[in-house]
Amino acid sequence: MARLIRVLLMLALLGPALAQAAIEVRDFDDPVMRERFASLTATLRCPKCQNQSIGDSDSPIAGDMRQRVYQLLEDGRSDKEILDFMVRRFGDYVLYNPRLEGRTLLLWGLPAALLLGGALLVVLVVRARRRASSRRLSADERARLDALIGREEQR
Amino acid sequence: MKRRLLLLLPLVGFLVLGGFLYQGLSINPAERDSALVAKPFPAFALSALDDPGRTLDASLLQGEVTLVNVWGEWCPTCKQEMPQLLELADRGVRLVGVDYKDSREKGRQFLAEFGNPFEVNLFDPEGSLGFDLGVYGAPESFLVDADGVIRYHHTGYISPEDVTEVILPEVEKWRD
Repeated sequence: MARLIRVLLMLALLGPALAQAAIEVRDFDDPVMRERFASLTATLRCPKCQNQSIGDSDSPIAGDMRQRVYQLLEDGRSDKEILDFMVRRFGDYVLYNPRLEGRTLLLWGLPAALLLGGALLVVLVVRARRRASSRRLSADERARLDALIGREEQR
Repeated sequence: MKRRLLLLLPLVGFLVLGGFLYQGLSINPAERDSALVAKPFPAFALSALDDPGRTLDASLLQGEVTLVNVWGEWCPTCKQEMPQLLELADRGVRLVGVDYKDSREKGRQFLAEFGNPFEVNLFDPEGSLGFDLGVYGAPESFLVDADGVIRYHHTGYISPEDVTEVILPEVEKWRD
């Protein structure tokens, strides 16, 4: 009985490993190529899915796109050429990292503009406070302050 | 007074953000501009579905406004779309089919069962033309003008309303 359970357990543990074997395997002689493939398939967005990279998606089109990325890498194309190739067919939608161009200027520029605006605001507020606190009290104000904190006797 | 107005700043920020998010609710993420509109139809060399010996290329799309429909036997929506395509053919629209990621036999069976509105069908078992067209799921349709330039891209199902309200007006627009 114990042996049977052990065998069943081992089979259960084997399950995921066998399932993994069904996933496509690609050979890269060059580790740099493997890195580039991994990063390209992570930054290209699957056009069929709402929010998955082609590296993560099981949809047929994502498989086709991975295959094409692999072929283009083998052909010695640059990353930019490969991204251009995909954008020409599937549009800007497939880029997780939008390019800096007229249409995306607001997208890229707004955070920087907000940061600068915030920094400017902080500087202005700090300077206004400092000026207010360093201003000399008039004789009238001094008398009122002394009265309030009860320092009259000491004078 | 100036200070008071400054207090409204967070509210204004909230309203702007809210406006953006509210607009986002009504955007259909599946609808987006095709990268191929106003570009020439990609080059291809594929055999005809009903005749493996006949090779067709992009010159097929010269000279007349043509609706290129990408379909497959495996695609249920394509079956629902066939009556609309038959109607378009009846109304004089020239249709060319792309049998996408299919086998010859299944493609022929499909046409025998659901009707054949196409002047000719390109057989694209590897999906190579589909890939160059940026097709990510059938059915998809491309309206190509007489110079072989893509003028309109319809992703997904052509409904009976789309026939009269979208496709036919587009065909008319590019016929001149």
